[in-house]
Amino acid sequence: MYKIVTKKELAPKIKLFEVHAPEIARKAKPGQFIILMVHEKGERIPLTISDLNLEKGTITFVFNEVGKTTFELGLLKEGDVLPHIAGPLGNPSEIKRFGKVLCVAGGVMIAPMLFQAKALREAGNHVTMVLGVRIAQLLFFEDRARKICNEVYIASDDGSIGYKGLDFLKTLLKKEKFDRCIAMGPVVMLKTVSEITKPFGIPTVVTVMPVMVDGMGMCGVCRVTVAGKTRFACVDGPEFDGHQVDYDELLKRQKMFVNEERFSSILWEMLGGGKLFG
Amino acid sequence: MAEEKKAKPKIQKEAVPIPKQPPEVRRRNFNEVALGYTEEQAVAEANRCLQCKKPQCIQGCPVEVDIPAFIRLIRERKFEEAIKKVKEKNSLPAICGRVCPQENQCQKFCVLGKIGDPVSIGRLERFVADWELKRGLEAPEKPAPTGKKVAVIGAGPAGLTAAADLAKLGHKVVIFEALHLPGGVLMYGIPEFRLPKRIVQAEVDYVKKLGVEIRTDCLIGRIHTIPELLKEEGFDAVFIGTGAGLPRFLGLPGENLGGIYSANEFLIRVNLMKSYNFPQYDTPIRIGKKVAVIGGGNVAMDSARSALRLGAEEVYIIYRRSRKEMPARAEEIENAEEEGVIFKLLTNPVRFIGNEQGLLKAMECIRMKLGEPDESGRRRPIPIEGSEFTIEVDTAIIAIGRTPNPIIQRTTEGLEVTRWGTIVADENGKTSIEGVYAGGDIVTGEATVISAMGAGKRAAKAIHEYLMNKK
Repeated sequence: MYKIVTKKELAPKIKLFEVHAPEIARKAKPGQFIILMVHEKGERIPLTISDLNLEKGTITFVFNEVGKTTFELGLLKEGDVLPHIAGPLGNPSEIKRFGKVLCVAGGVMIAPMLFQAKALREAGNHVTMVLGVRIAQLLFFEDRARKICNEVYIASDDGSIGYKGLDFLKTLLKKEKFDRCIAMGPVVMLKTVSEITKPFGIPTVVTVMPVMVDGMGMCGVCRVTVAGKTRFACVDGPEFDGHQVDYDELLKRQKMFVNEERFSSILWEMLGGGKLFG
Repeated sequence: MAEEKKAKPKIQKEAVPIPKQPPEVRRRNFNEVALGYTEEQAVAEANRCLQCKKPQCIQGCPVEVDIPAFIRLIRERKFEEAIKKVKEKNSLPAICGRVCPQENQCQKFCVLGKIGDPVSIGRLERFVADWELKRGLEAPEKPAPTGKKVAVIGAGPAGLTAAADLAKLGHKVVIFEALHLPGGVLMYGIPEFRLPKRIVQAEVDYVKKLGVEIRTDCLIGRIHTIPELLKEEGFDAVFIGTGAGLPRFLGLPGENLGGIYSANEFLIRVNLMKSYNFPQYDTPIRIGKKVAVIGGGNVAMDSARSALRLGAEEVYIIYRRSRKEMPARAEEIENAEEEGVIFKLLTNPVRFIGNEQGLLKAMECIRMKLGEPDESGRRRPIPIEGSEFTIEVDTAIIAIGRTPNPIIQRTTEGLEVTRWGTIVADENGKTSIEGVYAGGDIVTGEATVISAMGAGKRAAKAIHEYLMNKK
């Protein structure tokens, strides 16, 4: 049983949980994820670890309320417990002195990206951070980013805050030389970032979070084609060479259960959804 | 004694049949297919046993159950003593009675098999195990503690058996299970209609009653490594029973289209996550109208029969050799056939064809013929040039085997591994690291529940000797 110590709403539908899980905290590193279940009949969902506190024995994760499981998760309160968390899973990010690192984070993945950025700074890197959001209202952790990183850029899909889209990166890359690019966020964003960095020859690492069930190397649903080969995000990843990932296939695979997920959410709402949980 | 001198009793050549759900009913539900013997049926079947002076059956049992003894006790209606006799050797009898391939093991050696049906040892084992479960399991007496601590990795057949045997010898045992429920393949792999999950959990409870602690949600290699278990967590020995691992794929074009599952994914969704009860359970499964299952083993049969139960209109088994070479149990092939699974034999897929949304719509196949026997002793399938044809399917399940999960091997320095990624261990499970033992599919590659249990049993014995001789 894993107790929720802190709950915060960072932006509409985006929530942060800090959970007591001392054994996981002891081992967790940037880039790794957990699989959690909200209750015994629930799905197993992967969430990237966003922070940890060894003294308190806690780990932190941030999620977007997009379907039944995350709606239910979002209804839990401080003091409530999660029955199952497995982790840390996946391979940790490579943290060493690269030189100048460009980090591009989108949506909820801003939180784990900053966790990694902190480690990259401590390893002696110059970190330039791009915080990407759909609209201005969904931006969070700007202050934290400014504290951790050397430079911070903000971009939104509609231009309601910062740059409109990621095209400004092309200008930035012409001006400044980067030794490495790290991208965490929606697949479409990973694809865009990889396309932008490729002509500049910047090694680009992307974190892919496909659908997972066990997350431990059993089911194979998280398969991703990288450089023409089938790889499993849970045991071989979740980080891969951004210039080698087949994003179009990944996008299609993510939509496999869209109808079922929608049905589940609608039914849940019709049956009173949140009210059942008081 | 007098009875023996009487005229020889008439030998019943035919086994008492086990009641089953009729095929037309069971093909659309997930309830157990075989219903189990009644007391009368069990006693009648037990009466067929010749109680051989030199019983042949025991040599076929990987865990060496005293088969004639427990059958005699059933005959005498001493069911409680019968189950105790079984449990001297086998801690998971309700499971073994259901899923062991007895026809290749104990029953293969039964002398009655020469003139008729062998004694239905598996069904009798199941009967006494179920009889006990119905009355509620008793906690056996706890032995004096040895003060030694053993970590068992994986709560599947190998791990549960090793843990139970070690606990009976007085060692403190902790099982680390990566998933949220213990049972391993018994939970995620074998379907409810063949092995009800309440039976698995009841036998897991028995192992817990022996004093074994089970920690779920712990993936060893990540949360603790094996060297850490030995050096920091205070364990004196480790048993690795992590099972078969990652699914193998065909490597064909279109294999990552939507609608194509590995058998592991399909069965994990259906069995462990209970997606046949979606949306009461949250994990979805999508089954199309026409389903192709590729492979000829038990996992393929389980997948095909599950697909039917999820509502598929037509389910095909696509297998590249002929029926004779199919590795599945004869009984499972028959069950699948009775339920309406269509067998497309000597057929191999060539590529998968998708629609605009990236969903599977058809599969191109090629016909095969059999050539000379290969290393496996089975005749090698050879494609017949120009025989390609297309079948419309919207779901495919790939059941062609698995490769070992690499996480422990990658995080345990000095652990010797074969080129296939399985762990090198001798017949007692001893690996290249002192105090570390392994058994089951992680050592042999994919095999049966009972062979994994046998390996767990042998390793438990070896671990016990190691612990008692150490210092």
